[in-house]
Amino acid sequence: MTFWKKISNVFHKIPLWMAGVVVGVMFLLQGIHGGQLEDMYRKAVMICLECIGIG
Amino acid sequence: MKRSKQKNIRLLFQVIYTIVTNGYVYGYLTGKIYKGNLKYTCVPGLNCYSCPGAVGACPLGALQSALNGNGFRVPFAALGFLFIFGSIFGRFVCGWLCPFGLLQDLFHKIPLFRKRKQLPFHKVFKYGKYLVLFGLVFAGSAFLFTGFVKIPAFCKFLCPSGTFMGAIPLLGANEGLRTQISGLFYWKLGLLLFLVLLSVKIYRPFCQYLCPLGAVYGWFNRFSLVQIQWNKEGCTSCMACKRACPVNLSPEEISVSAECIKCGQCVDACPEKCLKMHNNILKKR
Repeated sequence: MTFWKKISNVFHKIPLWMAGVVVGVMFLLQGIHGGQLEDMYRKAVMICLECIGIG
Repeated sequence: MKRSKQKNIRLLFQVIYTIVTNGYVYGYLTGKIYKGNLKYTCVPGLNCYSCPGAVGACPLGALQSALNGNGFRVPFAALGFLFIFGSIFGRFVCGWLCPFGLLQDLFHKIPLFRKRKQLPFHKVFKYGKYLVLFGLVFAGSAFLFTGFVKIPAFCKFLCPSGTFMGAIPLLGANEGLRTQISGLFYWKLGLLLFLVLLSVKIYRPFCQYLCPLGAVYGWFNRFSLVQIQWNKEGCTSCMACKRACPVNLSPEEISVSAECIKCGQCVDACPEKCLKMHNNILKKR
């Protein structure tokens, strides 16, 4: 069996939901690294009048 | 007996989840919102972060907030939460967790009118949620409306959850906010009332036709961890599951369709026990 076939077999044994979770975690880590979690927090702790349709 | 037990378990799940994710009682009393560290994370359901009781952030609000920032950047954090929740639950979130889904479920229980599962032209209208996702959440937030000023277009013009869970309790408790009410609020209040009244007759109209979060989770439905498994060999095609399904799906479509909210009513209805809720931890592609 060639190297690439072995790698391909390994990847095919991973359920897709797990691959999705891994991608999600990687995105999340990238977001944390880029300071997006702080931005999200700053937005979430203010009453956003625009968001709730008042202002 | 068993059928009502399953429904009660789901209702209990929905109520507990709603209370836990909106449990900041002090906020309801004072008209202020929770500012603790839990707001660094998103909750799975459509849950306005400006709700006085909300202890987490709304994934769609977070997505729009990231798109509204200066310059264009990929909203990695919000997408990360959506990927994680979607891959684990799919639209199970809609059926078992979402507070606005619970509200529509409760109104659908009101014994008024002859109940209908779907609107006429359902096959066309069901794509409305994708239109909302791309038109209001992505394009609208990024630049479409009001020239190039970025605004959270979905939250501002459409989200009924924000009106119900954010605006109404805040206006009730915070006198200062009442002076700022504009025509926009009446539009959103009218929309909320329309959707809630429509849900007395039609099953979850917002979830089926407008919810962009449901559209996102629908893409994960086919391979998410939580699944409804159909044993084709044992199926007698009696269609009891289709009759019980609140969104009218056939056994081939249940769980894999983007419309399935995994409520589990088909599981209870199947006389041959061919459908069962399960997780596909060990299932391969």
